[in-house]
Amino acid sequence: MKKIFIHLLLFVIAILTLFPFFWMISASFMQDGHASVFPPRFIPDEFTLTQYQKLFERLSITSNFFNSLFLSVLVTVISLTFNSLAGYAFAKYKFSGKEKLFNVLLSSMIIPSQVTMLPLFLMLKSMGFINTYMAIIIPGLANIFGIFLIRQFCLSIPNSLIEAARIDGANDFYIYIKIILPLLTPVLATLAIFTFLGTWNDFLWPLIVLTDDSMYTLPVALSNLMLEHSKDPELMMAGSLITVLPVIIVFLALQKYYIKGIMMGSVKE
Amino acid sequence: MAYVELKNISKIYDDGTKAVSNVNIQIKDKEFVVLVGPSGCGKTTTLRMIAGLEEISEGELYIDGKLVNSLSPKDRDIAMVFQNYALYPHMNVYDNIAFGLKLRKFNKDEIDKRVKEVADILGLSESLRKKPKSLSGGQRQRVALGRAIVRNPKVFLFDEPLSNLDAKLRVQMRAEISKLHKKLNATIIYVTHDQVEAMTMGDRIVVMESGLVKQTDSPMKIYQNPVNKFVAGFIGTPSMNFIEGKLNFKDSIVFVSKQSKIDIPIMNEQIRNEKNNNKEVILGIRPENILLNNRKEESGRYFEFKSRVELIEPLGSQMLIHLFFGEQPMIAEISGMESVDRESEISFYIDLTKVHLFYKENGKNLLSL
Repeated sequence: MKKIFIHLLLFVIAILTLFPFFWMISASFMQDGHASVFPPRFIPDEFTLTQYQKLFERLSITSNFFNSLFLSVLVTVISLTFNSLAGYAFAKYKFSGKEKLFNVLLSSMIIPSQVTMLPLFLMLKSMGFINTYMAIIIPGLANIFGIFLIRQFCLSIPNSLIEAARIDGANDFYIYIKIILPLLTPVLATLAIFTFLGTWNDFLWPLIVLTDDSMYTLPVALSNLMLEHSKDPELMMAGSLITVLPVIIVFLALQKYYIKGIMMGSVKE
Repeated sequence: MAYVELKNISKIYDDGTKAVSNVNIQIKDKEFVVLVGPSGCGKTTTLRMIAGLEEISEGELYIDGKLVNSLSPKDRDIAMVFQNYALYPHMNVYDNIAFGLKLRKFNKDEIDKRVKEVADILGLSESLRKKPKSLSGGQRQRVALGRAIVRNPKVFLFDEPLSNLDAKLRVQMRAEISKLHKKLNATIIYVTHDQVEAMTMGDRIVVMESGLVKQTDSPMKIYQNPVNKFVAGFIGTPSMNFIEGKLNFKDSIVFVSKQSKIDIPIMNEQIRNEKNNNKEVILGIRPENILLNNRKEESGRYFEFKSRVELIEPLGSQMLIHLFFGEQPMIAEISGMESVDRESEISFYIDLTKVHLFYKENGKNLLSL
């Protein structure tokens, strides 16, 4: 009885959570104006792709989509590389000032990103990177949370594995590539999701540093769409779907590892 | 294959603690040397210095006559088996064994030949495609062995390889490693805290305590002639019984303890040194040298005392009797065939030709001057 109740409750919550998504998808396939009639319709009377046509043909959202994809993938790959190298070094290497440096890095996590925006902007401006993709990539090269996450995971890798590889004749970089990286897969997947999501969804920073329409990322382009076409909910929903879709795909693809990453450490193997 | 020489080797950590001091060991070609001692005695640190995983603070390390202090582990041509196996969890057994060969740029056919040979020796042929996770403890240990053997190194280093196995498997693997040593004709340096492993496997044993080598010799010589009280107590189970007392020279040598006076037959004239007169000493008796019966014809060889039988631990062929010499608890090891009643008061005989004498002040054996 209790079980049925719990399942019922979960079912209701799931419906409430999923409904906006369902409506977003549904509305994006409706004709102009059909989404805002009374009584509301949940399923399009007539299935149409006009909204998408408008998006891709008139509003050049394709280039925004690829801008976002390019930046998100690039930032994810680069930051995973640097974070994993740094995290591994902090976990397994001995060098003077290691603990102090790590503590300084950690304590800088409490500084809100809004505070650093202006100085960062000025710095990038003096380097001449404003209105280039470098302005997005450079601040995303590495992040402290990522380094911390990887360091914690690396600490659980026994030293003897690294020593065994060293005796077997592996050099430091080979050990990193062949032993450490494969063992880090779950945490790298988790971090990849975080980074990809973060970069893909980021709105404020691209808005600040990119001034050229053609360089806009999807969230920025979408917000412009909202301003110009606030009376076209169908068009907006189509734009939103395009924006969320890659995120969902990335999450589903890495979900297996992501959950493993969260579970990790709870059971000693 | 190779000989190894440790010359005055010390390990001093950054905070000044001396983990190992002035260790001198010569290991001959094809010799099986066991470093044994309680935890924290520096045996593992010594092994890690030989492996190159730990820097040598002072002293010189030679492998095959070549100074290797500054060589990295991979250039020392050694292989090491770790306590926790240290298998690469994401690789299957084959790749684990082949890892070192791939890095040393062997060609594929040679790698394949060698891995299969080793798998055959170790009985792993069926498991080559399995991941370490799906292997039993014994199999994992074999893979770790295989990874060492396959490279055919000059020296094998073992760091407590059996301590993660259950008792039965440990005995089995112990014999297998000994056989493997004969088969491979390898130089092996083996670290353990288990004195049974040390006794059964080693050609020679190095007993260490708090960073110092206390004695280096063959297992039986160490057992029969321990240089000090520590070695005497550490090697042998159950460990040696000790009684505190004083030496007194009259016609014979008399050991005077709180409980009694024991006339000790002169084992060695060396003891009858004037400076030992009235010295505080500790008498050591191994449990098997406390008997239930004496042979009357050899008077003077046995010292009789009475004790209550506190506890009997039957081991099958042997039994351990917990008893008291005065107030001093002791253990006697006698044949399992004897019938002894618990709580009964019976006579025990100490075989005085087998006792050891140690100085109380520094634990040294009176005979090892």
